[in-house]
This record gives sequence, structure tokens and C-alpha cells, in this order.
Amino acid sequence: MKEKITGAEALMRSLEHEGVETLFGYPGGSIMPVYDALYDHRDTLNHILVRHEQCAAHAAQGYARVSGKVGVCLVTSGPGATNTITGIADAMMDSTPIVVIAGQVGAGFLGTDAFQEVDLVGVTQPITKWNYQIRRAEDVAWAVSRAFYIARSGRPGPVVLDFTKNAQTDTVDYEPKDVDFIRSYVPEPETDPVLLDEAARLIDSARKPLALVGQGVELGNAQEELKAFLEKANIPCGCTLLGLSAIPTAHPLNKGMLGMHGNLGPNIKTNECDVLIAIGMRFDDRVTGRLDAYAKQAKVIHLDIDPAEINKNVPVDIPVMGDCKKTLRLLTEKISPADHSEWIGSFREYETTEQTRVIEPEIHPAAGPLNMGEVVRAVSDATRNEAILVTDVGQNQMMAARYFQYGKPRSIVTSGGLGTMGFGLPAAIGATFARTGRPVCLFVGDGGIQMVLQELGTVMEQKAPVKIILLNNNFLGNVRQWQAMFFGHRYSFTPMLNPDYQQISAAYGIPSRRVMERAELAGAVREMLTSDGPFFLEACVVEEGNVMPMTTPGSSVDEMLLEC
Amino acid sequence: MDKIFYTLLVYSENFAGLLNQITAVFTRRQLNIESLNVSASSIPGIHKYTITTWSDRETIEKVVKQIERKIDVIQAHYFTDDEIFLHEIALYKLSTPEVQENPEVSKIVRRHSAIFVEVNTTYCIVEKAGMTEEIISLYNELQKTGCMLQYVRSGRIAITKSCVERVNGFLEAREARYRQEKAGAAKKAL
Ligand SMILES: Cc1ncc(C[n+]2csc(CCOP(=O)(O)OP(=O)(O)O)c2C)c(N)n1
Repeated sequence: MKEKITGAEALMRSLEHEGVETLFGYPGGSIMPVYDALYDHRDTLNHILVRHEQCAAHAAQGYARVSGKVGVCLVTSGPGATNTITGIADAMMDSTPIVVIAGQVGAGFLGTDAFQEVDLVGVTQPITKWNYQIRRAEDVAWAVSRAFYIARSGRPGPVVLDFTKNAQTDTVDYEPKDVDFIRSYVPEPETDPVLLDEAARLIDSARKPLALVGQGVELGNAQEELKAFLEKANIPCGCTLLGLSAIPTAHPLNKGMLGMHGNLGPNIKTNECDVLIAIGMRFDDRVTGRLDAYAKQAKVIHLDIDPAEINKNVPVDIPVMGDCKKTLRLLTEKISPADHSEWIGSFREYETTEQTRVIEPEIHPAAGPLNMGEVVRAVSDATRNEAILVTDVGQNQMMAARYFQYGKPRSIVTSGGLGTMGFGLPAAIGATFARTGRPVCLFVGDGGIQMVLQELGTVMEQKAPVKIILLNNNFLGNVRQWQAMFFGHRYSFTPMLNPDYQQISAAYGIPSRRVMERAELAGAVREMLTSDGPFFLEACVVEEGNVMPMTTPGSSVDEMLLEC
Repeated sequence: MDKIFYTLLVYSENFAGLLNQITAVFTRRQLNIESLNVSASSIPGIHKYTITTWSDRETIEKVVKQIERKIDVIQAHYFTDDEIFLHEIALYKLSTPEVQENPEVSKIVRRHSAIFVEVNTTYCIVEKAGMTEEIISLYNELQKTGCMLQYVRSGRIAITKSCVERVNGFLEAREARYRQEKAGAAKKAL
């Protein structure tokens, strides 16, 4: 049935048709017709007014990462649109499905440097999976449906819709559209059965197999398939930062985190294994360290949905293309049960070393100020590993990733590829709208929180139940650590003069507490977790704490420093 | 690694902005595009890009995959010169008085199987289609006579020697798979 409505109203209907319930946004001149239409859809479309458009994009990311649905943000043209760029780039790097809808000047003004005109399609071209300028109301239904289809299918990613003002106000015979096929776009490449057989044979012949688990497993909802695969062939695994919750921390085959600040075992064993099975991960340089010394002894099997990832950084012997939910299941059917307990046992020595030299001193220090890892573990324990972890970027991120323990899938939201400071608070806000019923715990540094401090306004207004744990070390800690290690302790512009966060929380009406003493930590964490709604816990931690172990830049993956 | 001269054939939907997306992949990999030709292809609604560049096998493979990953790009392939028929076209603008004075010029043109496509009292235009080397060799000879006013060379166009038309096959397979999936889904729904 057709009906004449405005393009702005068509957008509302199209969003509802896509099942959108939540959007994050900020109004302005070129998107006003849309906001006007939204006024009549407040019952179905829950619009969250952020305090800065960058945070609309990050909130949409946080929402998407936890819910598995497409995150949506709505902004005006020009500065509103350019403010979302960091979030779009971040979503591109971390394969997060979001759709950013931005206003644009009327089609008649395009190219004239009209007020608040920016060539958004041009600017976002390299950082989107797809972008499109909607210049006619007739195109709304098609473009929205195509945008959502592209954002969520295959390897997910960000899509930008640049919506000219005339297309918002013109009328159209609206009819919902369902794009589920684009002839030029292959979301899921076909799996080659020959390669699948070869992979199975290689796995069966392996004596020291190691699996590398990436976010692809979470994106493909293949957590169960992964477990079945690893258990059948008795294969130990390491997880990338974004793949940490694809398998519970406590699973005996989970040997911890890969990469620069990962665990000793999986990093060292990467250069000892005979078969490396990469699953939904992309061999980022933070994972591989020096490429010419990375897993040279191993045959490499790579399961991925994106053909462009094969051979990109690490030469692959057997690529297995396809959705890993399917390919893992097929592989599991083909492989034979195996026992690699001796190989798995050989990880223990490294686990013990790391435990005694790094982990214990970090989480159970005898004296002195609070450690970052200690605070993280206290929160993780108190939530019985049920919480969703959101981090900012820096030492807080690495400490949180290392010392948090994951019990459920989709439990880590962090900016991996782009490493965006300021990501944490808005992403945590977004995560609370995924309504999982699980607590959302944010770890953030004193630098990162000040990049987006205004979002406490959003927390206040929405009563978004974010548990904000500020690891306050009065430094841009991560950079300070590098200055200490590689620049002769010359602390160039990394000491951070901080405001009184208790007063700031109070100003926003957010309950808060500051802890400095070890004896108070557990009580403070309990208070935070038992309070309804948001909470601001400021942990005053050791100023010059370092994240260890570490593969220094330019070193190979098995050269990890335990202390610096 | 040794650089090889590659020709990329890219097929895409006819959407605005695609040329930009494709060339951006070269820019990111710091590859210079030697020549670029864009035109409608033999398949209605589909554009064909012929792009040449110096690169190595490893890089060109990644470039092609990154181009193909663009949503509205249908297919991208790379070829070396022995895998394709290729052609370029060049126009040479010569000064008519000097051509008349120097009989050698017409001989050169004839020897290169080029043709005069325009002659007037001030200038004439010679057209030459062929391989890059042939075009350059004509240029060099004409240049020596000192009568050349302007010279322009087109981008390369190329056609594969293979007997399989990959793009047609790809599109048919895509449509077939989609219909099959749809039918499967409909059956499940019943
Ligand atoms: C937007 C942005 N700017 C700069 C950086 C570089 N950077 C990485 S970590 C870091 C320090 C972070 O300090 P803080 O937020 O206090 O966290 P800490 O490392 O102390 O936990 C900086 C400046 C970045 N990643 N992102």
C-alpha cells in the first residue's frame, strides 16, 4: 500500500521497518525536518541526545557491539557530520555495524559552499563500508534498507547516509523496501571444500596446534562452534583484544591474550607451534610484532569472511573463506579427536612465570598505592565475571583487558584498531541501551575521560547505569610509560592536572566515591555495584605504574619483557 | 622485489564516486597509476576501468582484493601484458607548412601505418592506434623532424585473451545463488 509522506517521515518508517529502537544523535539546521518527524515517533524510536556528535557515533558503536544489532546515529550537516568522523573510522577498523545519518544542504546548493555544507561522501569514502547521498525522497526506503543490509552483513562496518534537505521535505509514495541482495557484493564468500579438507588434514597432523581467536567469532556468533572445535581437537588458543570474550577466560584451552601486552604463553607459543589456526582475526601489528619473525615455523590456516584479509600481513598456507559459524562447524565435523596435553602442558611454565613475576605483584601488592590491575580484578570478581567491560584507551585499556575475566560472549567493548581515546564513556552509555541486564563497567584514564567529560550530561539525563571506574594516575599513562622506556624518562606533556572529579560527579548528580586505600577498595566496589543507576568510582592508582609484560615495538612476538 | 607492468580490469556498477574509491586504493598503497580509462562496458549499466601500474605481484594481489571489496565493484582482475590484447591511441598535431617542406614526415607517418585525420592550412592531425611502443616510436621520429605542435596519448584499453567471460559468469552465478537461497528460505517458511 502506498501513501504520500515526506522523505523525513519515510526515514522514520524505514528505520522502524529495520527494527531500530534506539538512536543516538544531535539536531541542527540541515536535519530539522527529520527531527520534526521524529517528534511523532518518540514512542517507538528512543532518541538519546548526546552532548557531542563524536559520542553519538561511539555510543552507537557500544550499542552495536553489545546488542549485535546495527547502531544508528543522527546528526546535522557540516560540523555535526564531521564530528562523527572519529567514530566512523573506529567502526571501520573494528568492523562495527553502524549507520550514520547526516543532514545535508538542499540538492540545489550542493557544491556551492553553502552554509554548513561539507562533502561528507567524499570525506568518509575511505572510512566507510558504503556511503550514499540521498538526494530524492524516492530513494529513502531503498537507501536505508541497503545501508542496514551492508552494515550488518558479511564483515560488518559503518555506513553513512548523507540526506539532503530537499529529500527530507519532498513527498513520496512510501513503500518499505527490503534489500537482501546486491549483485556486486558478496557478503559471505563460498567455502572451498578442497581447502576445507586440506585444513582438516593439516589440523589432524599437527602436534603443536595453536588457535588465534578474533572478534570474527563474536561477530559470527560462533562462540559455541569455536568451543566445540577447540575441544574436539584439544587445541589451545590465544585471543586478540577484541576476541577476549569469545571463549570464557576460565576455559582450560583459553591461554589468554595475544599481542603487545598479552600473556606470555600464547605469544611465545606462536613461535613454537607447528600449525597456526587464525579464526576471524586480521594479524594486526599489535598482535604480530615484527612480521619477519612471526610464526615462521608454522603452517598457517586462516578462517575469515573477508578475502582481502588473506595474505595481507601473514602468508597463509590454507585459507578457509566463509562465515566462521559455518566453517568452524564443517571443520569440526572433519577433524579427528586428538590429545595435545603435553603441548598444552608446556604453556604452564610461562603461565607460572607471568603469574609470579607480573600478575601477583599487580593484583596483590603488599603495600603502596592501589595498582590498576588490582582495581580491575576487584571489580571483575565482584561482578562474578558477569559484567560487560568497556574500556577507554591507554594503560586503563590494557590493564582492564588483562585483568578482567570474561564469562559470557560479547563482554568486551574497546577501541582496538583505531585506539581512540574518548571512546570509553560514550561507548559505555551506548552499551547500557542494549539492555542485557548485565552491569556495564567502564575503565577509563584521567586523560580519556576528559576528552568526553560532557557525556556525563547524557548519563545524567538518561540515568544510564554506567559504572565509571576512573583509574586516576595523574598522567597520560600509556605515553608516560613509553617515555619512561624509550625516551629516557623525559615526561614531555604527559603529567595531567586533574579537576576534582567528586565535585564534577556531584554537579551531574551522579553518585561517586574516591578510593585511595586498599582496605576501602572492596567496599567501594560493592557500593558501586549495588547502587542503582550510574556511579563514578575514582580510584587513585599508582602514578607511574607500567603495563607488563610487553613486546616492545620492532621486537618479535616471543621477545616479551617481564619488567622494565 | 621486481616491478612488473600490470593492467587491471575493473567492472563496477555505474554509481557516482566509484572512480574515487578505486583510485584511493592505489594512493593508500603509494602506487602511481600510469594510465586510466573508464567507459561503459559491453554489459548494459556496467562500467569498465582499465588501469595500468608498475607493481609487484604481492602488492597487486592485495590491491585487487581491496578494490573488489568495495560494495559496488563487481570484479577486479590483474593481468600482465601477455595475457591481454591491448591498445592505445595517440594524436599528433603537426604544423602544415613544415610538413609540406619536409617530405620525410609523410613517409614516417605511412611507415607507421598512421593516418591523417585532419588537414588544414595551419596544422594537420595524425592518428595512430597500436601498442605503447609503436606510439612512442612514431612520437620519437616525428619529434626529430621538429614539426610537432602537440601530442596526446590515450589510456590503455585491454581485452582478455581468455575464452571465459568472467564478469558474465560471476553475475549469473550470483543471481542463481540468490534465487536458490530465496527458494530455500521460502520452503523453510512453509
Ligand atoms: C584521541 C587520541 N589522542 C591521543 C592518543 C595517544 N594516546 C594513547 S594512550 C594515551 C594516554 C592515555 O592517558 P589516560 O587517558 O590518562 O589513560 P592511562 O594510559 O593513564 O590509563 C595517549 C595520549 C590516542 N590514543 N587517542
